[in-house]
Amino acid sequence: MSTATATAASPVKAVIRSRLFWPAAVLTVLLVANLAFTPDFFSVHLQGGHLYGSLIDILHFGAPLILVSLGMTLVIATGGIDLSVGSTVAISGALACLHISDSSDPGSVGTVLTALGIALGAALVLGTVNGVLVARVGVQPIIATLILMVAGRGVAQLITDGQIITVTSDPFKLIGGGYWLTMPFAILLSALVVLATVLLTRFTALGLLLESVGGNPVASRLVGIRAMRLVGLVYVFSALCAALAGLMVSSNVSAADGNNAGLWIELDAILAVVLGGTSLNGGRFSIGGTVLGALIIQTLSTTVYTIGIPPETTLVFKAFVVIAVCLIQSPVFRAKLAARGTRTRRTTRSHAAGPTNREVGA
Amino acid sequence: MNANALLTRLRGQIPLLVTAVLLVSMFGVGSAQYDGFFSGQVVLNLLIDNAFLLVVAVGMTFVVLTGGIDLSVGAVVALSTMVSAWLVERQGWPPLLVIPLVLLMGTAGGWLMGWVIHVFEIQPFIVTLAGMFLARGLCYTISIDSISITDPQYTAMAQTRIPLGSLFVSPSAVIALLVVAVGFVVLHYTRLGRNVYALGGSEQSALLMGLPVQRTKTTVYAISGFCSALGGVLLTFYMLSGYGLHAVGLELDAIAAVVIGGTLLTGGSGYLLGTLLGVLVLGLIQTVISFQGTLSSWWTRIVIGALLFVFIVLQRLITARRR
Repeated sequence: MSTATATAASPVKAVIRSRLFWPAAVLTVLLVANLAFTPDFFSVHLQGGHLYGSLIDILHFGAPLILVSLGMTLVIATGGIDLSVGSTVAISGALACLHISDSSDPGSVGTVLTALGIALGAALVLGTVNGVLVARVGVQPIIATLILMVAGRGVAQLITDGQIITVTSDPFKLIGGGYWLTMPFAILLSALVVLATVLLTRFTALGLLLESVGGNPVASRLVGIRAMRLVGLVYVFSALCAALAGLMVSSNVSAADGNNAGLWIELDAILAVVLGGTSLNGGRFSIGGTVLGALIIQTLSTTVYTIGIPPETTLVFKAFVVIAVCLIQSPVFRAKLAARGTRTRRTTRSHAAGPTNREVGA
Repeated sequence: MNANALLTRLRGQIPLLVTAVLLVSMFGVGSAQYDGFFSGQVVLNLLIDNAFLLVVAVGMTFVVLTGGIDLSVGAVVALSTMVSAWLVERQGWPPLLVIPLVLLMGTAGGWLMGWVIHVFEIQPFIVTLAGMFLARGLCYTISIDSISITDPQYTAMAQTRIPLGSLFVSPSAVIALLVVAVGFVVLHYTRLGRNVYALGGSEQSALLMGLPVQRTKTTVYAISGFCSALGGVLLTFYMLSGYGLHAVGLELDAIAAVVIGGTLLTGGSGYLLGTLLGVLVLGLIQTVISFQGTLSSWWTRIVIGALLFVFIVLQRLITARRR
């Protein structure tokens, strides 16, 4: 990939080598490609004090995905994965809508704040269950979170009684569908959470500790990092992010659908994280990359809608994107590509399936 | 064999024993609670209604035993129903040609995924996830809507009942049991089966022992692909339609059946007959809920989740003690 041929173009090379280059390039290409189908794609105009335009729409509808992917990034950084986020999205939306629709005064700020408290509290419990299972009991992350993924959707339907609960509440509507300072509130909210996470992980030791735990849990424990607690914590964080996303989704449509809210969002979130350049093996992570990855997925969906291809076929595109990104990330693939270029002798690689000492407790 | 070794051996079978006890006691409670529950036909209906799940779970068992996971099974099932329906109904191909073609397609798809997993050392989880996207997406490129099948050979397969005394089974159930039998023989009495267990126990050791790691790995995913395609064919008989939304979440049911059947998710330990018991437990949960009548369908998911939780923690305790 980067065979050192010349040192002349080093500034260009530095940009290309940046971890954000490829996601950013893909996003740019996608956005520009849209221009061919909708000439006014990049125009953003102010109407009635609100900003409108395709770009705003992408940010607006992508906000829940950005939040879920953010939590997923930290989980993946520790070498785990969280499949239960879709269920958490459904449960938090269902709980909030149930509380608001049952209350005597659905329009009051107090009711909505209580609803938010209930939803986030439930997420805290769900995240703790995941965290304890992974960090304390030592279950593989895929399996531990699979439990909640299966049961959670049932729980969400139990909460809504299999119905779609609709609510009419202006303060609640603000979270996902409202505007504040000319921007959709959802964009501002997710930007705030992203910013807080960046500050927390990049300007304190937390990010370093997370990467250390993801890189080698046993070594981290031996140097005195409380790996167990950190791993438990990222699942709680992921659940909270998912709950916030669930509130956005249900608020945007003013309804809670236990069956369909957040369906497949865990897969999109994992995809966003992988697209952003965070390795699924854990270790280094990139929050900026994740945000770009989430925006790529949202742009892809928007593009498919505007071109008029049946939206379900986006799955085919996603499949190819996943495979391409994984191949590029795979060291073996790069080695083979390089070997094909230079015709060097093939060395037999040992297939030591890298992280076998995944368990934190060990 | 001394007593200690016997004890260790027995301990590995605890999940299987628990599942068997659970199955019998669920059936017992159901029989005591509901009229008409205690009949051979209820048991046979478990097989008839879950034939496709059983076939898919057999394939999943092979993959899980090697320490991998196959998330694409549900999507491959859906794609198989879709391709069958499209070729038979829209293109007028004879079913006898379509069915082998679909099976071949599933096998090739699985083989390809196994090849990518092994050669490029990418996690099975993400590769099969891509396979899942691709297969579901391909369903929709064929048709967004459901295609119903009116072909006489398919309807014959759907309606045929094989009498067993006063009871009956469907051809699909017989096929599913055959698959279990073949799987059992392959897994426990052939070289391939031994390699599967060795690979799941420790890939590094298997490689050092000179076992064909690559061939085994690609084979198990090919088996899973074949089983998914066959499951799709059976589902086509059952549903008499092809639809991109068929078998949504089937991969979760299959994994749940494998886990409840006592196969360790870290690979290397488990029994195919356990998977059969696991599928029967899942089917029985649904039967009990439908007999109860007042419970809604989502209780199925909650109960399956709770069972998964119990079994995974149980597995964890057992392996922790063994170490």
